[in-house]
Amino acid sequence: MAFKKIEGITELKLVANTIRVDIVKMLSEAGSGHPAGSLGLADIFTALYFNIMNHDPQNPSWEERDRFVLSNGHVCPVLYASLANSGYFPKEELSTLRLLGSRLQGHPHRGALPGIENSSGPLGQGFPIAVGMALVAAREKKNWRVYCVVSDGEQQEGQIWEAAMLAAKFKLGNLTAIMDRNYIQIDGTTEDVNPLDPLGDKYRAFNWNVIEVDGHDIEAILAAYAQAKEITDKPTMIIAKTVPCKGIPFMEGLVEWHGKTPKEEETEKAYCALLEECKLIKEGK
Amino acid sequence: MAVPFNENPTEKKSTRDGFGRALVEIGEKDANVWALTADVSESSRTHWFAEKFPERFVQVGVAEQNLASTAAGIASCGKISFISAFGAFSPGRNFDQIRVSICYSNLPVIVHASHTGLTVGPDGASHQILEDIALMRSLPNMNVLVPSDFEQVKKATHALYEAKSPGFLRTSREKVPVFTTPETPFSLGGSNTFIEGEDAAIFACGPLVPYALEAAKELKGEGISCSVVDLYSVKPIDRKMIESMAKKTGTLVTVEEHQVHGGMGSAVAEVLCSFKTDATLRIHGMYDKFGESGPAKELLKKYKLDTAGIKGVVLEEVKKNKG
Repeated sequence: MAFKKIEGITELKLVANTIRVDIVKMLSEAGSGHPAGSLGLADIFTALYFNIMNHDPQNPSWEERDRFVLSNGHVCPVLYASLANSGYFPKEELSTLRLLGSRLQGHPHRGALPGIENSSGPLGQGFPIAVGMALVAAREKKNWRVYCVVSDGEQQEGQIWEAAMLAAKFKLGNLTAIMDRNYIQIDGTTEDVNPLDPLGDKYRAFNWNVIEVDGHDIEAILAAYAQAKEITDKPTMIIAKTVPCKGIPFMEGLVEWHGKTPKEEETEKAYCALLEECKLIKEGK
Repeated sequence: MAVPFNENPTEKKSTRDGFGRALVEIGEKDANVWALTADVSESSRTHWFAEKFPERFVQVGVAEQNLASTAAGIASCGKISFISAFGAFSPGRNFDQIRVSICYSNLPVIVHASHTGLTVGPDGASHQILEDIALMRSLPNMNVLVPSDFEQVKKATHALYEAKSPGFLRTSREKVPVFTTPETPFSLGGSNTFIEGEDAAIFACGPLVPYALEAAKELKGEGISCSVVDLYSVKPIDRKMIESMAKKTGTLVTVEEHQVHGGMGSAVAEVLCSFKTDATLRIHGMYDKFGESGPAKELLKKYKLDTAGIKGVVLEEVKKNKG
């Protein structure tokens, strides 16, 4: 039986809040990993796993499932938390992230954990994998769709543009990619390291349908996915502006949190911030 | 007992043709087989498959990284993908994609590298990949085959398809004698001992096997009896055969169109040092050098990989060991 979708925006916001709590817990326990992108993508992953995608956590290899491909593998805490919260594996297992013998590898390993469609880590590879999947679905006239999350720093990899070209060649309307446009990468801001803008124009020039959206506005994200489905002869790139470490004010927007995890005190502070956010969501603010 | 072979082959065919023909046979048999190429469909011989099964053929253009990753995406949907390009670019240019998208995920993608080795000839060093065996055999889950003629390449293509796991197939541009038959044995992890001899054992692979056979024939006339083994399966490798040849001859020589570092010879060395033996091993190939432009035949002569070259190396080794 396919996963029962959550329709209410408030409920979805609460799921995203839970996922953020899980991410903080996982990264703090693991002592290494990437908080900025993981936290920044919580709303996008919530929209995908709890509303947009047809999938069945009880039957991860369900033939008709939509495929989800993570291209920037280092943000896998948000993927693992989304999979656990939607029922692919017990939530307690999240505590094993990056430990010896864990199914939750530091970067995702296809075959290690239910729900992981591709191995990732080296940037640029998930995007063309998604193109390959979408091509199979298109040629074999399948109804399932392919969703892919890419990062903005990843756009500096040449392979991304090889894949963008190929997806447009085959008019893969069943492929929707969403870019985590948070303007940071390890060595600084993307625009300092190697400028990416205007990204929308670049993808339009590559014959993609482009939608720009606030990556923390779940309603807007859902609307963007709905719009992407309407375009059948072009792949869609949703450029989602996000705030690194969104939801934890003292960490938000800072490059230093790309690949550094919170210490004990910081973790407590982060929990308090998320608890506060949870209250506000419930109060409808 | 030695495996029979045709000592005077009249027909010459390129090994890449064997791949192209086998690919069509496999495509007919299994609708889940897809083929991809990077702007070299005709020269890598995927065009026959493309004509027959356009709905399962993907032209990615000049983009070898994308070739590997797209094939992995296709394979992850229950397909078996064959990717074909010149060896210099695949796996020369897409090692990371083959490593993570294909091997780490353990997906059935077969990497066919055409135009490998010195025998690419006039195109020169940039196109004469001499490092691909080293790259590919270092990857977990990967099978590595370097078959020697048209018939053996056909069998190798089928074997890699049947293994349903990551695979690497090395072919070459030049037409080479068809010295085996459809009945000649072939298996993953196997080898063919075409000549049995006591003084030395020559392990060869790919288009150098006929030269090794010829060298052994000439050496026999000079009173030196050599075994000649077609060691087409570099990974997995025929450990038993290596052990028995070490015992029987005490003098092993490997010959390949590859750097002496990391190729088939290195694979033999890894086996040889895993048991107690007095046998010596000479790894013959390219000694830490790039190739250069020229006709294939002249290049093999210059780098001592033709009949006379192999013969010379074997003689040196035999003399060394017999004092």
